[in-house]
Amino acid sequence: MKILMLVLLLTLSGFAGARVEYREFANAEQQQAYDDLISELRCLVCQNQTIADSNADLAKDLRRQVYEMLQQGKTKQDVADFMTQRYGDFVLYNPPFKAKTGVLWVGPVVFLAIGLIAVLAFVRRNKTPATAEISAEKRKKIHSLLEKGDKS
Amino acid sequence: MLKYIIPLVIFIVMAVFLAVGLNLNPRDIPSPLIDKPAPAFSAPKLGAPSETLSQADMKGKVWLFNVWASWCVSCRSEHPILNQLAQQKAAVIVGLNYKDEPDAAKNWLTQLGNPYDVSIMDQDGRIGIDWGVYGVPETFVIDKKGVIRYKHTGPVTSQDVQAIFLPLIAKLQAENS
Repeated sequence: MKILMLVLLLTLSGFAGARVEYREFANAEQQQAYDDLISELRCLVCQNQTIADSNADLAKDLRRQVYEMLQQGKTKQDVADFMTQRYGDFVLYNPPFKAKTGVLWVGPVVFLAIGLIAVLAFVRRNKTPATAEISAEKRKKIHSLLEKGDKS
Repeated sequence: MLKYIIPLVIFIVMAVFLAVGLNLNPRDIPSPLIDKPAPAFSAPKLGAPSETLSQADMKGKVWLFNVWASWCVSCRSEHPILNQLAQQKAAVIVGLNYKDEPDAAKNWLTQLGNPYDVSIMDQDGRIGIDWGVYGVPETFVIDKKGVIRYKHTGPVTSQDVQAIFLPLIAKLQAENS
């Protein structure tokens, strides 16, 4: 019975890992390069996923491509260049800063600056305390009202 | 007065940006391959696997490179358009049968007609990667010198044929090789 259970559990564990390809690497650095690359490359079919996350056919092919290139001794930069030559900067989750991607990089900073300036301007404008002249007569009335309020 | 104008201006700017954003097609990724030489390939022909075709064989011709597959749903809607285009004989049409079963692909062509002068097989998708293919169907226009001049992602419609493909092909046919 125990053996049966063990067999069952082992089969199940096989299923859990079936989605990720088993890759062998020459060394830890290569493994690291592979992991880094597949989590920096965009799957172009399901655009908000990296090729590490995606199960799309193209993502599988691109993972295979990355693996093969690393096996051939190519560097991370070589692989990134290979991908951008074919798919453009869009394939990189971390695109380089250049004229075409400038808005992408600078945009958020500009919007943050606009927001900060707007907040500052708003705070400044409301800083001046609202002072109003109150006549002695009104002051007396206020006091009496406040005292009344306290009693009730 | 300014109190009303500023929010109005902000609103208009945002509306314009959002309207433009909504009308952009996120699948239309500009290809870095435009105006670059067509990536090299040499692949077996569909239906005649012992023969191969390479991009060098196409030198001196204006040709379309259409990526298709029998499993691809939008290819089905594009197919009649390609058949019509093939009848006009404006340019050579080469098919890239992408990640497909040869038998399924051949069936598809007998059933729906064959617009391709020749189709080559890319069963493991490597030619696709070299050409930056990410969504089937895709169509490239290559000039006589073997340079990619245009890429269309998604199914080609008859409007596309009239407005883009035919004028471009005519222009490229007039160029010297």
